[in-house]
Amino acid sequence: MAAVPSVNEESPPSRPKRPVPDGLWVKCDSCNATVFGKKVEENLGLCPECSHHFYVSAQARIEQLLDEDSFEEWFGELCPVDPLGFTDKKPYAQRLIEEQKRTGMRDACIVGKGHMRGRPLVFGLTDSTFIMGSMGSVVGEKLTRAIEEATRLRMPLVIVSGSGGGARMHEGIFSLMQMGKVSAALGRYHDAGGLYISVLTNPTMGGVAASFASLGDIMIAEPKAMIGFAGPRVVKATVKQNLPDGFQTSEFLLEHGFVDMIVARPELRAEIARLIDYCQMK
Amino acid sequence: MLRRPTRYGSFWFWLCGVMSLLTPLPFERPIHDLERQLEALEAQPNPTETTQDAIRKMRVEIQRLKRDVYENLNPWEMVQVARHEARPKALDYIELVCDEFVELRGDRAFGDDRAILTGFARIDGKKVLLVAQQKGRNLEERLKHNYGMAHPEGYRKALSKMALAAKYGLPIVCLIDTAGAYPGIGAEERGQAYQIAFNLREMSRINTPIVCVVIGEGGSGGALGIGIGDHVAMLQFSYYSVISPEGCAGILWKHPKHADKAAHALRFTSKDLLGFGIIDEIIQEPLGGAHRDHRKMATTLKASILTAIKNLSAMPPGKLLDHRYNKFRKIGRFEERPIEAG
Ligand SMILES: [Zn+2]
Repeated sequence: MAAVPSVNEESPPSRPKRPVPDGLWVKCDSCNATVFGKKVEENLGLCPECSHHFYVSAQARIEQLLDEDSFEEWFGELCPVDPLGFTDKKPYAQRLIEEQKRTGMRDACIVGKGHMRGRPLVFGLTDSTFIMGSMGSVVGEKLTRAIEEATRLRMPLVIVSGSGGGARMHEGIFSLMQMGKVSAALGRYHDAGGLYISVLTNPTMGGVAASFASLGDIMIAEPKAMIGFAGPRVVKATVKQNLPDGFQTSEFLLEHGFVDMIVARPELRAEIARLIDYCQMK
Repeated sequence: MLRRPTRYGSFWFWLCGVMSLLTPLPFERPIHDLERQLEALEAQPNPTETTQDAIRKMRVEIQRLKRDVYENLNPWEMVQVARHEARPKALDYIELVCDEFVELRGDRAFGDDRAILTGFARIDGKKVLLVAQQKGRNLEERLKHNYGMAHPEGYRKALSKMALAAKYGLPIVCLIDTAGAYPGIGAEERGQAYQIAFNLREMSRINTPIVCVVIGEGGSGGALGIGIGDHVAMLQFSYYSVISPEGCAGILWKHPKHADKAAHALRFTSKDLLGFGIIDEIIQEPLGGAHRDHRKMATTLKASILTAIKNLSAMPPGKLLDHRYNKFRKIGRFEERPIEAG
């Protein structure tokens, strides 16, 4: 059998992996224009020429979406461990330390409470740069705790997903089972009448797409994000034909009925606030 | 309409037996060679006392060798056993474990995915709903069942039949055997990621006992999509993994040829998963693997399923879903370290 699918296919790096460095000139992948980094940053990570959505860091995302100083981080004490003693080209334990140094994050996920245009909500995000934004035990546990808190507090829940890695293979079966754990927590939240708005950013693939990211009551995608289950290379190797134009993009998902709307980053905050007002918990 | 399972089972035992003799796995070769020698001795028309003695000794030796090889399989070898073409597939168990199987087809939305079979079944008279990933036992069947790799409609069908079972209080038995959910264009167009996610969420709330058994390959999200249960078991030489060893090797070692290294690193054997507290039970296989004795394997599997159903049925009705929630809720390894000031 040629193809062996999984919940952690990498998507090809179609966007830069790091935030656009301010003060430097950067080349836009989409329109090839050379743009000033500072300009991109001021523009919420959008290319000033063509509105291409660059990656933005977790911190920048929180600043963009939530009211100033309203965010209170929860469960920041959770740290990843190496449950399998996993070593590929380098030990996972060492990889974790390097990723933590590089990103300033302990793992790929941040959760907490905040306000969006005055509306209180529970907020979570996965940062696609920390080991591909993949979900191991810490990501699964933080999200589950946040969902349980949202259930208890009867608050809306917004999760912004970014993960090229899906379920984190370095934590093996523990990562796969996080998909079940987080989804079950969303089931209870759903039963309790909670509103979950899922925002898909570039890229959202594999086990993240096949669990919490797809389970929103309302599904929003940023324009032209890569979203799917299997990585495009795996699909191509399996079907042995060229993939259709725009395969596994936000627009493809909208066309096939899997997202409610595509919202450009500058409108995200207002749009989410507007949606929350329609879905008040009884 | 009630239907007896098809009766060509014995033909398959014969064929599978022949296939396992024709294509021994590399580490099975010493066993295979001895078995050939034994056959030759046994074929002698009038065996002398010495020959009979040699036959007895050889039988003992074969048993010893099987035990020796199979007790020391490395993870990569176990993957070979889990994928062995003569290993019993879901339809073999349907024939050998169930008194009858009443297949229910179709997802009511797109089609009928043959990679996952669903239907009512009786096991020792006990009524259950069976959900089974079927790989196929020969090329023709493998094509028909898409190698056990389901599309979204397969997961949708499975979930809708599970809901039917819950409505009438039937326990659910899921037999898991897939390399993974199918990575195709149609699968993506029809929402593979969404459907698996939806199954995970909804299976956690299906209010009837669910027993899941990995009978061969537990391939990632494609396995978990029918894998949220109250009792999760694995056959001894099956594996259950976040990613296939080839996929993992391709990404982390930059080439699938390092699959054996990935197989060691991923810690996905039944013994590993029991140790991690992920699964509840290892179901022992016949000496030398399930492919050597389908009937014996089926008997053990049947006993295990019936025991699990009995235990779960004894649980107070209100407790079942809490039990299932907590079973997955507690999975995860991490540390809690205070955040340094500044
Ligand atoms: Zn541009």
